[in-house]
Amino acid sequence: MSLPEEQKEVIIEQKMKQFITFVKKEFYHVFRDRKTLLMLFGLPVVQIVLFGFALTNEIKNTKVVILDYAKDEASGSIINKIEASSYFEIEHSLLSHEEIERAFKQGTIKLAIVFPVNFNNDLLHLNKSQIQIIADASDPNTANTLISFTTSIISDYQKELMQINALPYLIIPKIRMLYNPELKGAPNFVPGVMALVLTLICVMMTSVAIVKEKEKGTMEILLVSPFKPILVILSKAIPYLLISFVNVSVILLLSVFILDMPINGSIVLLFAESTLLIITALSLGLFISTVTDSQQTAMMLSMMGMMLPTTLFSGFMFPIENMPVALQLISNIVPAKWYYIIVKSIMIKGLGFSGVWKETLILTAMTVFLMIISLKKFKTRLE
Amino acid sequence: MVQLNNISKTYNKGSTLAVDNVSFSVDKGELFGLIGPDGAGKTSIFRILTTLLLPDTGTASVTGLDIIKDYKAIRNGVGYMPGRFSLYQDLTVEENLNFFATLFNTTIRENYELIKDIYIQIEPFKTRRAGKLSGGMKQKLALCCALIHKPTVLFLDEPTTGVDAVSRKEFWEMLKRLKEQGITILVSTPYMDEATLCDRIALIQTGKILSIDTPEKIIKQFQEQLYAVKSGNMYKLLNDLKRYEYISSCYPFGEFFHVLFKNNVHNIKTEVMNYLKSKGHEQLEMHSIPPTIEDCFIKLMTH
Repeated sequence: MSLPEEQKEVIIEQKMKQFITFVKKEFYHVFRDRKTLLMLFGLPVVQIVLFGFALTNEIKNTKVVILDYAKDEASGSIINKIEASSYFEIEHSLLSHEEIERAFKQGTIKLAIVFPVNFNNDLLHLNKSQIQIIADASDPNTANTLISFTTSIISDYQKELMQINALPYLIIPKIRMLYNPELKGAPNFVPGVMALVLTLICVMMTSVAIVKEKEKGTMEILLVSPFKPILVILSKAIPYLLISFVNVSVILLLSVFILDMPINGSIVLLFAESTLLIITALSLGLFISTVTDSQQTAMMLSMMGMMLPTTLFSGFMFPIENMPVALQLISNIVPAKWYYIIVKSIMIKGLGFSGVWKETLILTAMTVFLMIISLKKFKTRLE
Repeated sequence: MVQLNNISKTYNKGSTLAVDNVSFSVDKGELFGLIGPDGAGKTSIFRILTTLLLPDTGTASVTGLDIIKDYKAIRNGVGYMPGRFSLYQDLTVEENLNFFATLFNTTIRENYELIKDIYIQIEPFKTRRAGKLSGGMKQKLALCCALIHKPTVLFLDEPTTGVDAVSRKEFWEMLKRLKEQGITILVSTPYMDEATLCDRIALIQTGKILSIDTPEKIIKQFQEQLYAVKSGNMYKLLNDLKRYEYISSCYPFGEFFHVLFKNNVHNIKTEVMNYLKSKGHEQLEMHSIPPTIEDCFIKLMTH
């Protein structure tokens, strides 16, 4: 039975009107709930600021002490080089080894450099000289980075020397830190925060929003109406989709203007991939809502089910390569992991779609899978 | 208009019987009441009829449509007001009404005549959020929302629970007016005094229908003489009445005890008065009274 064109148009118009009214209603819900609204927009800003300034493991202005027994030309030039770099700040010079111990115990310094007596002499006449570098290894990552910075400063000096007294057969390793030469933390955590914020907000908010209708009994009325259940879900997703767009923009603006992090790839592609993750997260939220009946359970499930795996397995806090194989396998089912790879590739490496199509395909497959089971599980009755 | 045949429904995998082989029918334009205490199965029956629950056994139809096969068509045409206040508390009165009007492909203006009498009372508060309304106002708004699409059948699940006496009275007057407009109404209530306001009622207890008829006929079936008894010491009175040899049943009812006696005793009133006086009761009162629906319910329940 096919309806006349005119009647079809009327029906479509009615459906559109229903849909728009429903979306409007969802916006009222979101904007009238001040606390949630604050969380929705505050979360990304707080995270960026936290990771950008407080929880950073970036090396900048690290305090060092210098114990210079030599006080000659060579030690002086190296000290000057260290002082000139932005990584270090020379706290003060010491006179004896005992003072080093004391300085570390006070906790203000991270590194001590000791030049022995006759440093320059040994270097020039024995072609060999030693420098002692003592690092506070209670934070091993920072200690490692500091040591490698110091070593590179010293080898810089060495090279200068060699240019003067050219020695044959010398191999000089030229290390380049690709994409992130200054070893900044931002390129690592900005994509991570984006993944975290998007999954958290979308999964939690959609699941809670749908379960709320069940809990408050309004779902009962919605079901006993001509409105299609699929539209209930769709109209709930739209406000969160828009809010997530705002959040992505805010995060990107913050990272470009406050954290000096450039976006090397295409912004359009970045937004397109973000939309994909948002849809994945929305369908996951929908799935959670079909298996829970109270807002609290939905909230707990999304928190435990999303927050933990996202922080653990997306790779932005703990490198996945270092994990046991079992955990590496588990990390593959975390959507944020793939999104994290995509965002890093686009933002930092400046890759185009051809560079991220595999990850995109995996995310798409996940989304389709989640959509299908949640729509199948969505009940058109109360039980 | 509404027809149920041997409907049964269990919960928790069959361990809890909520509706036990219920059959009844409601005619077009009738105001039909489902009367019973909490947990009697009223809500389950309503949810089965509004296609929200599937019955375990039995068949049912609403406006000639099967509740299982044609559930989509039923959902388009009926009005349903759940027992719990189920509107959006963070939306204003007007926004709620607009939302439900659009949901049913209509507008407030189109069916304004139908809800006018009710809406006029809440219109002064139309910019107030639904969550901030009083209980009676909430019910009026919920009724407006259930009516806005001019349903052929209206299902009202305990619409007057938690509403003050004045609002309850108003609410029933509104139902009467809706009935006059030809809308078939199914209403459930735990308040027995509301039963007489219905055209026909079904008394229901633990999922079973005890009796279906007009309130007048149900009362007429109550043939024994009912007495209301009161004394200065009500606790002692209850004990003494229970020990009385011709007692049939006795239960508290307002400030009185309603008492039934065995049929074959002559001049029972004087006998009882003498018995109670001999037990030392003062300020004794005893009247013969006509039974109410509640008396009928209690009698049906205990038999």
